[in-house]
Amino acid sequence: MSNASHARRTLLLGTVLAAGLVGVPTLAAAQGELNLYSSRHYDTDEALYENFTEQTGITINRIEAGADELIERMIAEGANSPADVLLTVDAGRLERAQQAGLFQPVDSEVLEERVPDYLQDPENFWFGFSKRARVIMYACDRVENPPQTYEALADDEWEGRVLSRSSTNIYSQSLTGSILAALGPEATEEWARGLAENFAREPRGGDTDQIRAVAAGEGDLAISNTYYLGNLIRSENPEDRAVAEQICVVFPNQDGRGTHVNISGGGVAANAPNPEAAKLFLEYLASDSAQAYFAEGNSEYPVVEGVAAPEWIQTLGEFQEDDLSAETFAQNNADALMIMDRAGWK
Amino acid sequence: MHGREPAAAGASSPVAMGIARANPALAASRRGRRRSGAPFLLVVATTLVAGLVLLPILSVASSLFSPRTEVMAHLASTILPDLLANTGILVLVVGLGTSSIGVVSAWLVTQCRFPFSRAFVWLLLLPLAIPGYIIGYAYADFLAFAGPLQTSLRTLFGWTSPRDYWFPDVYNVWGVSVMLTMVLYPYVYLLARAAFLEQTANAFDASRALGHGPWSAFARVALPLARPAIAAGVALALMEALADFGTMQYYGVRTFTTAIYRTWFGMGDQTAAAQLATGLLVFVLVLIALELHARGAQRYTQVGRGARKSPAFRLRGWRAVLAFLACALPVVAGFVAPVLILIRLHLIGGDPFMSERFWRYAANSLTLAAFAAVLLVGVAILLAYATRLSRAKPLRALVRVSTIGYAVPGTVVAVGVLAPLGAFDNAVDGVFRETFGVSTGLLLSGTVVAVLFAYLVRFLAIAYGSVEAGFLKIPRTMDDAARMLGEKPGGVVAHVHAPLLRGSLITAALIVFVDVLKELPATLIVRPFNFDTLAVRVYQLASDERLAQAATGALAIVAVGIIPVLLLMRMIAKGEGAR
Repeated sequence: MSNASHARRTLLLGTVLAAGLVGVPTLAAAQGELNLYSSRHYDTDEALYENFTEQTGITINRIEAGADELIERMIAEGANSPADVLLTVDAGRLERAQQAGLFQPVDSEVLEERVPDYLQDPENFWFGFSKRARVIMYACDRVENPPQTYEALADDEWEGRVLSRSSTNIYSQSLTGSILAALGPEATEEWARGLAENFAREPRGGDTDQIRAVAAGEGDLAISNTYYLGNLIRSENPEDRAVAEQICVVFPNQDGRGTHVNISGGGVAANAPNPEAAKLFLEYLASDSAQAYFAEGNSEYPVVEGVAAPEWIQTLGEFQEDDLSAETFAQNNADALMIMDRAGWK
Repeated sequence: MHGREPAAAGASSPVAMGIARANPALAASRRGRRRSGAPFLLVVATTLVAGLVLLPILSVASSLFSPRTEVMAHLASTILPDLLANTGILVLVVGLGTSSIGVVSAWLVTQCRFPFSRAFVWLLLLPLAIPGYIIGYAYADFLAFAGPLQTSLRTLFGWTSPRDYWFPDVYNVWGVSVMLTMVLYPYVYLLARAAFLEQTANAFDASRALGHGPWSAFARVALPLARPAIAAGVALALMEALADFGTMQYYGVRTFTTAIYRTWFGMGDQTAAAQLATGLLVFVLVLIALELHARGAQRYTQVGRGARKSPAFRLRGWRAVLAFLACALPVVAGFVAPVLILIRLHLIGGDPFMSERFWRYAANSLTLAAFAAVLLVGVAILLAYATRLSRAKPLRALVRVSTIGYAVPGTVVAVGVLAPLGAFDNAVDGVFRETFGVSTGLLLSGTVVAVLFAYLVRFLAIAYGSVEAGFLKIPRTMDDAARMLGEKPGGVVAHVHAPLLRGSLITAALIVFVDVLKELPATLIVRPFNFDTLAVRVYQLASDERLAQAATGALAIVAVGIIPVLLLMRMIAKGEGAR
């Protein structure tokens, strides 16, 4: 295993270096600093940032914390806030930051060209840089006909068999927000109630806990983001890989609106002391080399067309995305949470 | 006699004149009322500090005055009943659990001899080094259906599904309450033990001579004497349990804290969140008031502290076994078991970066903890001494309320700290731009000072509780004697109180130190750029659902936390020996 992962790392490094060499001319060399407020907290991101520093000479100062708290911090710091860029792991927080007036629009041809329209703010306040698909995972050997839609998770057939994390979590809120946009409030509440009645246990833990519980047989279906499965597949711990081997994946709603996709993205702070470096950084995140990091490092889907997803993701197959704009389901968060409260989704 | 004299206007003795001169402003301003006893400067300083500490909480609560009722109505009709029931159970279990474990074990190790009783003196403290969220993660992993214990059971007995067998469900408010009890009882143990040690043998012997058996003497004499300390310890445990977010969230248990978080960040409604936070604070204030009321006008002071140690009861046979178990079980459940689970997790897939970065993380953690311990103990002495001298009810109430931050979720404290600091920094910047044309930027926000301020708000209750309990045991007649012999108030603290308070001050510093090592939300949110601590590292991995990797950092926190615990225990032990 360690040999394989070493080989993969070398390969990745090679790819990135090559891409970096090609990419350098497009990024103007600039010296200086960039202050990053980030709610991404993946170790693999460090290579992503180091690569930026190597290309541009700009050093990155970081504070990593929850997006809500970082937003409060930027509000409190006001006009003198040192933040240049805010990165979040979901669209809801990007929308909230924008509504609090924390972003400035970015006029960039690179971003316009590379980031698809539905994954960026219409007025260019924020942009998505990686995608995460929220899918249904099931026990391959116990479930013959897994549900093919989110809606079907609420069917009586699955009573006592579905696992999900809490409604406090933003991924649950965004998924429900997207269903709210598709079905309207009444049908969404009915769906949420049916789903909550089907839970194998009270919601607790994170997505990985739901996947493990399916493998162990506590339930048969789990709602999870794809990259958590990716992390188990690529884990150095044989127990994790054994869990992953028992899990199959359904991309829901392929015959309809498509699978719900959230984004990790960012924007330039309204009072950024280094706006040029900030813009350069966002453009870097949309570059081929950075997109490869998102894909290979944390098993996320790249947003830029033509950048290949990692091998294990490709084995899951192509899928159709729900192209509901991130802005819309993000705005639905608060209503979605209230619906889940009423439906008894803890 | 202290504080009962009339204002010294007509006093003729030199001593009384001296006291009046030390305090002219108050003597003059109080129109013949009883002398307050606290020097004016002390009152001003105390008011300022207590007000400063309250500021962040007020800044959050200020949105109370722009009520939006529909979210509150929604909460009341959906999650509020669950929330109140869970909070009640949490208070009940943690309150009863920590007080019984803490008091019984403290009494056993101070008064009895049984196998390993000397080792238990420090072993019982070890769970203090384990953060609540870590014990939560550890047991969640170990006891889960997919965890090692149940998996082995299934393999052993050939069960396949959860319907084949019964296993206690710990993923509810009862389970969380028991787990938190296991790491919070040391607060009670530590304060109760200090109290039992400071009790003279005389009171206890007298009660025995008057016909009480050992149990009766314990219940009628030793326990009431230790009551302020025990109450302070239980209050700390309860406040920490009420403020817990990580464990509750992970276990899916609704409490005020998780509801505040959901309402604020999920529904974007700061007003409803503030109303919930206020509900939580009222809950805590009622608890504090109940204890103060029950304690009533009793004063538990004693003279000639530590003159002679009581002889220890030597326990034999089943009594020794029971005593051993009563001390061993909390240590196993609160420390040994979680550490073993963490070691197992670490071995299957630990943190790949910890070995090279450990020293950087540890240095940051230790620096913050050391500065915070000194700052908090200093402020606690100021506040406790001012309330000792002053009879002014508003001042006492203000100080009492200023320690409320411990019951407030760390995230709320952190956000509350950001707002006034940011406002201050931007105001200063504005003035400098206007008058000198230069920008000062953010002076305090995003610095270590801001982090320390957050700790002050969050942990003042710990330091104050311990120091106040120490002060309560010093008879006021000692202050009076020192003052009559010419000591100024500051001199009384330095020369009379400090030596007597030594144990309490060390205890306060110790708990603050370890608590800061474990603290997460405030550090995470308020810290400077590129400033990672051990707890921050654990958060990063745990929030990425890499529990095995997070175990390495958790073990590092425990290891770093144990060293000061042991060192300070030695210092306390030395102090006891020298007496």
